[in-house]
Amino acid sequence: MPPKFKDRDIISIQDLNKTDILYILKHAGELKKKPQPKLLENKIMASCFFEPSTRTRLSFETAMERLGGKVMGFADAKVSSAKKGETTWDAMKIIGQYADVIAMRHPLEGSARRASESTDKPVLNGGDGTNQHPTQTLLDLFTIKECQKKLTGLNVALVGDLKYGRTTHSLAQALAKFGARLYFVAPDMLQMPDYISDELKKQGVKFSFHDKIENIINKVDILYMTRIQAERFADPMDYERIKNVFVLTTDMLEKAKPSMRVMHPLPRVNEIDINVDDTKHAYYFEQAENGLYTRQALLGLVLGKLK
Amino acid sequence: MTKDKKLLVAAIKNGTVIDHIKAGHALKIIRLLDLAKHKNLITVGLNLPSKATRIKDLIKVEGRELTIEEINRIAIFAPQGTMNIIKNYEVVKKIHAKIPDVVEYVIVCPNLKCITNHENMNSKFHVLENKGEVTLKCHYCEKSYLESKIKDYKNN
Repeated sequence: MPPKFKDRDIISIQDLNKTDILYILKHAGELKKKPQPKLLENKIMASCFFEPSTRTRLSFETAMERLGGKVMGFADAKVSSAKKGETTWDAMKIIGQYADVIAMRHPLEGSARRASESTDKPVLNGGDGTNQHPTQTLLDLFTIKECQKKLTGLNVALVGDLKYGRTTHSLAQALAKFGARLYFVAPDMLQMPDYISDELKKQGVKFSFHDKIENIINKVDILYMTRIQAERFADPMDYERIKNVFVLTTDMLEKAKPSMRVMHPLPRVNEIDINVDDTKHAYYFEQAENGLYTRQALLGLVLGKLK
Repeated sequence: MTKDKKLLVAAIKNGTVIDHIKAGHALKIIRLLDLAKHKNLITVGLNLPSKATRIKDLIKVEGRELTIEEINRIAIFAPQGTMNIIKNYEVVKKIHAKIPDVVEYVIVCPNLKCITNHENMNSKFHVLENKGEVTLKCHYCEKSYLESKIKDYKNN
């Protein structure tokens, strides 16, 4: 029996099992092949972005519009009543009375869970602080499956800021469900936190820690790059020392498997040299596009229009 | 109760004895249950000898029977704890603490960015492990903490 998604909140990748994930990806694939411009006619999505976002917000809004639905909302907390001190509970309860589905981003961790408790309408978490960003993880999984033709038993390297990056945490947790071998490539001070690696260990996931991309690039099917932010370092000299170590250049790709693909949640600053864009390995722009189909699939599912 | 312990913490006539509290946690329990406002006698024993855990804490509350709700609220600090209801110096009821699957209200999430620290709402933690030290996972921000890492508690 297919999993039930109608009226379901999508708050954390941890709430989804393997069957749920594959079901969402199947629908995303179908929507990519065959658009459904009337699927969500007469439905309204509230787009509540309490902090800035470009890709996530625009792809949620485009996803809704391309399925025939309408969008209302705000893209800045300053124009919402949060500025007057209204609680997330009150705000989302009221917005839930106007809309059929809510897509939200909020700087506080746990805000999406709290919002989902205040309204009966499905809430899709577009990022709650550094906690969860499940739609990013789902689009990452969709992209991995698309370019590698499978999701199970892959070798995946996560590179960059693994300490604070919610994207890499959620992706590691999700890949654990599919028997991936993980390589964590980061400067010592930005390595994967214990609470994630301990959890992976308990699940029997194989992983190792590395400090150079070159050491693992020949082994992996996916090289998942993330941005290292200068403000994470107390001493600017520490940042200067490592900032070029975690930059991917075309010469490093010589050792890579022909089928290896480079992904990045974007925005990119300098961690992927622009010349990499022209190689067969670059797959980050396709990845960003896939956000549209994954979010379309979620909207269709939680509104009960995709079965 | 051994003769030695009676000497260390005086017996009560009527009320509740919370025994086998993890050493160092008695004062937290007093705060959580707001026992300091209680008008009758409260006696506290810290680092008392214990056969099972080497040392333990103990609280005796004269003239008040703790409710099951109160007992469950403090169970994470007394996982091997027993609550003895005392009437006329005799134990009339023994209640073993049971760590609940979910702990509400009591814990203040150590994550400063957790929504529970910014809005007027209750915290909620899932108890993940019972073996050894208790691990608590915040229902909202999803961060996990060993019980020993949690420093702040609410009393209602």
